[in-house]
Amino acid sequence: MKKPLNEMTITFLSRSANESFSRAAAASFFSQLDPTLEEIADIKTAVSEAVTNCIVHAYRNTLGKIRLTARIYPDNEVYIQIRDYGCGIPDIEKAMEPLFTTCETGERAGLGFAVMQSFMDRVLVRSAPGKGTTVTLRKTLSSKPSDGSPR
Amino acid sequence: MPVSFENRERTLVACLSGDIDHHSAALLRESIDRMAESALPETLILDFGGVSFMDSSGIGLIMGRFKLMQSMNGAVRVEHASPYLKKLMGLAGLSLLPITIS
Repeated sequence: MKKPLNEMTITFLSRSANESFSRAAAASFFSQLDPTLEEIADIKTAVSEAVTNCIVHAYRNTLGKIRLTARIYPDNEVYIQIRDYGCGIPDIEKAMEPLFTTCETGERAGLGFAVMQSFMDRVLVRSAPGKGTTVTLRKTLSSKPSDGSPR
Repeated sequence: MPVSFENRERTLVACLSGDIDHHSAALLRESIDRMAESALPETLILDFGGVSFMDSSGIGLIMGRFKLMQSMNGAVRVEHASPYLKKLMGLAGLSLLPITIS
């Protein structure tokens, strides 16, 4: 795998107030790539979905830590990894089906993964029941050609 | 308050503003339902003109209000959605429901 040109990691508690904090932090980090408004909105929406999944599902009724790693790879490639140490997903394929949700009280649309898949180029989910889930999001920005030299 | 209301004859307009995510949706949901259940409008207009960000929690919010209005024999209209919000609503298949989106 190529070496990242830049990287940042934040760890925060699964409080719902951190949904806006985490997507703003990711958007702010990737602003150095000079993305279009639409690309920034795509990234914010995908991060918001992934982090909300950790809060609503991984740590349902409990508090735990969420780790977000953001990296920039050559050729304007955006990489975001969202990791939790919560309950895990027993059936990833089922969880990724549009409109599927296990949440009966919170009025969830069951569209989190569908939105991530639609707004990012690639979505990878790894999960172990009882250990947690890692969601990796990738997107190549078209905004401007990179000269490959981080400043 | 991220929502304000205008009550015109049989129509309740809920003007939403700011970010709509899982965190803010709970408060919006309670406010809108309380208002709709007392005003009993024929049409509930959700005005997204002031919304700066929305994720799928906003879709849940629209679908939930649609169900509420259906139970009161009323309708839901979505107004002033930006192209980005329309993209999200299209992905969710909201256009398949009898909800007017403009």
